[in-house]
Amino acid sequence: MNSSLRLRAGLVSVVLLAAFLGIWHLATRSTAPVATMSPEYAKLMGLTATQGKSAMPGPLDVGAKLFEHLKRPFYDNGPNDKGLGIQLAYSIARVGTGYLLAVLVAIPLGFLIGMSPLLSKALDPFIQVLKPISPLAWMPLALYTIKDSSVSAIFVIFICSIWPMLLNTVFGVASVRKEWINVARTLEVGTIRRAFTVILPAAAPTILTGMRISIGIAWLVIVAAEMLVGGTGIGYFVWNEWNNLSITNVIIAILLIGIVGMLLDQILARFTRMVTFPE
Amino acid sequence: MSTFDNPFDPDRNLRAGCVCGQHQSAAEHEQATALRCDPVESEEKRYEGVVAAAVMRAMFPQDVARRAFLKSVGASTALAALSQFFPLKTATEVFAQAGAPEKKDLKVGFIPITCATPIIMAAPLGFYAKHGLNVEVVKTAGWAVIRDKTINKEYDAAHMLAPMPIAISLGLGANAIPFAVPAIENINGQGIVLAMKHKDKRDPKDWKGLKFAIPFDYSMHNYLLRYYLAEHGLDPDTDVQLRAVPPPEMVANLRADNIDGFLAPDNICQRAIYDGAGFMHLLSKEIWDGHPCCSFAASREFITTAPNSFAALTRAIVDATAYASKAENRKQIAEAIAPANYINAPVTVLEQVLTGTYADGLGGVKTDAKRVDFDPFPWQSFAVWMLTQMKRWGQIKGDVDYKAVAEQVYLATDTKKLMTEMGLSPPASAYKSFAVMGKTFDPEKPDDYVASFKIRKAS
Repeated sequence: MNSSLRLRAGLVSVVLLAAFLGIWHLATRSTAPVATMSPEYAKLMGLTATQGKSAMPGPLDVGAKLFEHLKRPFYDNGPNDKGLGIQLAYSIARVGTGYLLAVLVAIPLGFLIGMSPLLSKALDPFIQVLKPISPLAWMPLALYTIKDSSVSAIFVIFICSIWPMLLNTVFGVASVRKEWINVARTLEVGTIRRAFTVILPAAAPTILTGMRISIGIAWLVIVAAEMLVGGTGIGYFVWNEWNNLSITNVIIAILLIGIVGMLLDQILARFTRMVTFPE
Repeated sequence: MSTFDNPFDPDRNLRAGCVCGQHQSAAEHEQATALRCDPVESEEKRYEGVVAAAVMRAMFPQDVARRAFLKSVGASTALAALSQFFPLKTATEVFAQAGAPEKKDLKVGFIPITCATPIIMAAPLGFYAKHGLNVEVVKTAGWAVIRDKTINKEYDAAHMLAPMPIAISLGLGANAIPFAVPAIENINGQGIVLAMKHKDKRDPKDWKGLKFAIPFDYSMHNYLLRYYLAEHGLDPDTDVQLRAVPPPEMVANLRADNIDGFLAPDNICQRAIYDGAGFMHLLSKEIWDGHPCCSFAASREFITTAPNSFAALTRAIVDATAYASKAENRKQIAEAIAPANYINAPVTVLEQVLTGTYADGLGGVKTDAKRVDFDPFPWQSFAVWMLTQMKRWGQIKGDVDYKAVAEQVYLATDTKKLMTEMGLSPPASAYKSFAVMGKTFDPEKPDDYVASFKIRKAS
């Protein structure tokens, strides 16, 4: 029963994909030449103008271009032209750095706030104000004060991934069952030991959920940040291709961004399953 | 007398007046013959000539005595005799290297448009290397970012719109930080492109209510479009909409019918035509032939901390600009700057811009060899004109010391010295008068010029 459901779902997915590709292909076919023009003039014009080719590339164009990129993902033609693999690596490294810094700050701080109702109340207004600020709104300020575009991009990742982790850690720590803490207290377990042996395991699933939300946001933000500051990364790649009005490459980048984002999310999801326990 | 008159010429004119005899003074002659940027001989030959000339002068400080000597033995014998006892070759090498650069590894930012041609091509064609520098040219996402990164010192120097260094130095739209321009990147090289649906609406008087895009507020694009509209009786602040839009988005917006036209830097204009989204209404050179477009800029701080690097960088740019000014090199340049690493655009588009034989978008092929041109001399009168327009449109208020600002930002004197050292012939004065849409601009009377416009922002 279960395996048949999975089979049927897979079949529906394939049919949907095929239908999507088919419609895409039909919608972007090139028509006959739009108007008669002198050959000398036609030579100076692009395909859109001469053959009525749609400005949108079809799935075959994208596929061919994607294959070309995958054949040599790590080429390096100087500072402004690197392979897709290298660009993705830059973006992942930036996200990783900013995200790890956020983990280092958010989880201990969240623990502290969660265990102390006083701190929780005192810091709450700050968190509430800072949380909804769009990460990119920080960008001009970061560029202006940090004076380094690469560090600014990392800072933006840091500042946007810290809040979900912090809030989830606070929530997870604060809602550990009172009975368990009371048992620990009865057994005269010290504060630090109590935090690590009782509270941390109990709050771990909530904390990891926060981390999972954060990595998703960080990956969303890096593309926009790199489009702004330029230089390297998948966001820069999108900007560079947009600059050339190459929609084919932009679509490829979108596809890859989606796949990498999914992979990052899956890694965190696996960690979450590892620490979750049935009650 | 210029250092570059040939002291080996026995028929040299020793009286007052100029070489050709048609002008009152040598200075006037030089100004009349204007800037001849094309290096006549190879770099090495040029330096050799410079050094030999200096030695010859030192040996015979009296013009009359030198002439007698040359007449009796002949120029080539004199040169041969000179090199017998003076190490001309070594001296030439020492001269060519000038001061060693304080910093060899430099970063120069650019925006991917054909205006940046000299800055970009100097990398693949080896002009930076020739002047002893290792320069990395970095593509940058927009004018505000290039401004911030240059202020942050991530870039040592950068490609900027010609009015930008003036605006930054004055603190318009940024903190006031003294910037300087040793070279103009390109002259002309912009155009007004309209959406296809306006192909019968060629009279600007019918443009009321249209939406136009410009790349940046402090740009020649903005000032030229405003000038053009105002000359046709439209107030650019109330009769049309002007939006600052990044160039690639201009093409997409034009196609999407979101804007009616734009005044943009080239290859973007040609790109819109290439993609069938618009047509060329007119080239910016039809508004003002020979107008500056983009500049090469660096902060004063960089210039004072690394003067030799800055001089070498300027030499490389001037050298590249001289190379780009020659029509026969343009195809090679188009190929060199087209790859993804640099402008990242189809070669056909760049070739049409640089060679001046282009499709106009309406089915015709037009030819204008000066569609974009290259001439590095930073005329201070250009800066004065930009200041008059900043004043005209309310970007600066109150009294302006036009000349003081122009002379502080546009380094005509230093550039003239460098160009002379390189064997090029810069103009004698840094001010010249020119006409914009038939109206003459006198750099000596900027306030009168501003007051003479009927349409302007009251301030």
